[in-house]
Amino acid sequence: MIQIFKMAFRDLGRNRRRSFFSALAVAIGLALLMLMSSVIAGEMGSAIESAIRLSSGHIQIRAATYNENKSSLKWEDLVADPEKVASQIAAYSQVKAATPRLYASGFLSSGTQSAGARITGIDPLSPASDPYRAGLISGEYLSPDDHDSVLIGKPMAEKLNLSAGDKVSLSLNTADGNVQEQTFTVKGIYTTDTYGFDSATIFLPLAKAQALTQTENHASTIFVLLNDTSLTDLVVPALTVPANLQIKTWRELNALFVEWETMAQSYIGIFYMIILAITASVIINTLIMSVYERTREIGILSAIGMRGSRILGLFLAESSLLAVGGVIMGLLLGVLAIYLFNINGFYIGNMGLTGILVTDTIRAKLTLDNTINVTVMTFIVTILSGLVPAITASRLEPVAALRAEK
Amino acid sequence: MEVVKIENITRVYKVGQIETHALRGVNLTIENGEFTALVGPSGSGKTTLLQMIGCLDQPSTGRVFVDGKDVTTLNRNQRADMRKGHIGFIFQFFALIPTLSAYENIEMPLLLNGHSPAERKARVEELLQAVDLADRANNRPDQLSGGQQQRVAIARALAPKPALILADEPTANLDTANGEQVMEIMTRLNKETGVTFVFATHDPRVIKYARRVVTLRDGLVVQA
Ligand SMILES: Nc1ncnc2c1ncn2[C@@H]1O[C@H](COP(=O)(O)OP(=O)(O)OP(=O)(O)O)[C@@H](O)[C@H]1O
Ligand SMILES: [Mg+2]
Repeated sequence: MIQIFKMAFRDLGRNRRRSFFSALAVAIGLALLMLMSSVIAGEMGSAIESAIRLSSGHIQIRAATYNENKSSLKWEDLVADPEKVASQIAAYSQVKAATPRLYASGFLSSGTQSAGARITGIDPLSPASDPYRAGLISGEYLSPDDHDSVLIGKPMAEKLNLSAGDKVSLSLNTADGNVQEQTFTVKGIYTTDTYGFDSATIFLPLAKAQALTQTENHASTIFVLLNDTSLTDLVVPALTVPANLQIKTWRELNALFVEWETMAQSYIGIFYMIILAITASVIINTLIMSVYERTREIGILSAIGMRGSRILGLFLAESSLLAVGGVIMGLLLGVLAIYLFNINGFYIGNMGLTGILVTDTIRAKLTLDNTINVTVMTFIVTILSGLVPAITASRLEPVAALRAEK
Repeated sequence: MEVVKIENITRVYKVGQIETHALRGVNLTIENGEFTALVGPSGSGKTTLLQMIGCLDQPSTGRVFVDGKDVTTLNRNQRADMRKGHIGFIFQFFALIPTLSAYENIEMPLLLNGHSPAERKARVEELLQAVDLADRANNRPDQLSGGQQQRVAIARALAPKPALILADEPTANLDTANGEQVMEIMTRLNKETGVTFVFATHDPRVIKYARRVVTLRDGLVVQA
């Protein structure tokens, strides 16, 4: 066994250039897989999570008749006495936050400029509002009893040329279908690095939003965050809500995104296969070449009594050494590639994927799981590729091999 | 006792439509301890016959017994095992493994036969002495002359203490001095260890070492 590896090692050393480039092919394949899986982990994973954190929550409790696309403010489409419903839900131990929110549509205008806005009444103190507080880049955060303060996103501020402290006029629909207008002060400007969200969403304290829209003690939804996304399917069946309310999970709330992700996964699967197939063909080629070059040598080994299975083992040992070398190089290359990728990230800005919140800069995230997966995949593919030439070698008839190139 | 007994073997090679009758009914017995030359013109079937005896190939018809065992009924692996333990080979080209040192080349059949490290070491050193290459143990084949390589091949063939060593034109690629040295070593080992040698050759300087000469012509033994 040791001798087999010793021989295999020396055989690889015979044509160092070729061995190096085959190992490099394995390494590049692995590095690409690592980079891809990390970008996906960085983007997809975090995109869904950030959509949950920023806009959908894990669960929302709404009136059965509520239509998200209309942001209806009719009382029958809203959750009555929302604080009570929220506090009942907050009692569950898996629930991190449950807080009423009110959505209304309207627009902001300043001077001659105006922009459509999704007005969101929030409890500024709820942990569910932390991402907005954390994203504050100028001015101050909201407090629950503010009367003329609004928090706006950076793209909106840029579009309307607003800074913290500036006045802005807000028009919005009310429960009875009228339009209400009031002048507000931009108290703070935030960013969540998610263009699709920041460009439209503005925040008011819930009480002020209710007062403006005349929805008094009603909310569009109870926004619920759990301690972890994986708890969703555990918590939902346990929740009991009055019959006039409905429970929506993040999957339903981000249906488009979930669908997009599934589709992306299958494309990625194809990419993986292509990369692995290229790696495999390089290895097969190299080793086949080396089998043909060494036909006579294989004949000698066979003549002195080496069984086919051992000859097979010898070539498999070569491919596993290539695999080990390639995987080690590949891990280094992969980490380097991810590091370089993340220095700047990959700026996509507003890709215009409506209904999908994507952070504007993609960053790769190397996870242990992914690394192990792609490493094992690469390793197995390399060794399996070695099987083809190894079988060829083990089936050579000694006579034919000895006569070769005589 | 006979080491090899050949009963009426034929070997037909088919290449496309063309059939070549390399052996046409050979009968031959080789006794233990013989030092026998297989001679005959080019194409007369010497190599083919050695391959049959050496379990490298199988006859089209007829039987071959090596050490009393009918080797024509063996499968691939059984033939490999037969070669591993009972038969040593020396080829015209110096058939060493280029990545292994002289020492390791000689050790190879011992590894295949499952000898312990201590046994291997003792045996390899003894053989290196016997072929006068003790000082070249760690050289790779490309660092050895043709004569030295052929001596390593002899030592390797001898390593598992086979009953029989088959040599196909062992001196054809050597100059006179080296050729004679190789023949002398083979002669000496034959005398000292009693191992049977059968070698194919056209070279009269080699034939003169033989104690028995078997002549082949057109696939038949014409003189034994
Ligand atoms: N693999 C093969 N396929 C076809 N014909 C073959 C094959 N091997 C040998 N022959 C033919 O069989 C005949 C005997 O060949 P063989 O090699 O045994 O002769 P030889 O006596 O060893 O000759 P030489 O002295 O040139 O080595 C020749 O006609 C040769 O062309
Ligand atoms: Mg010949």
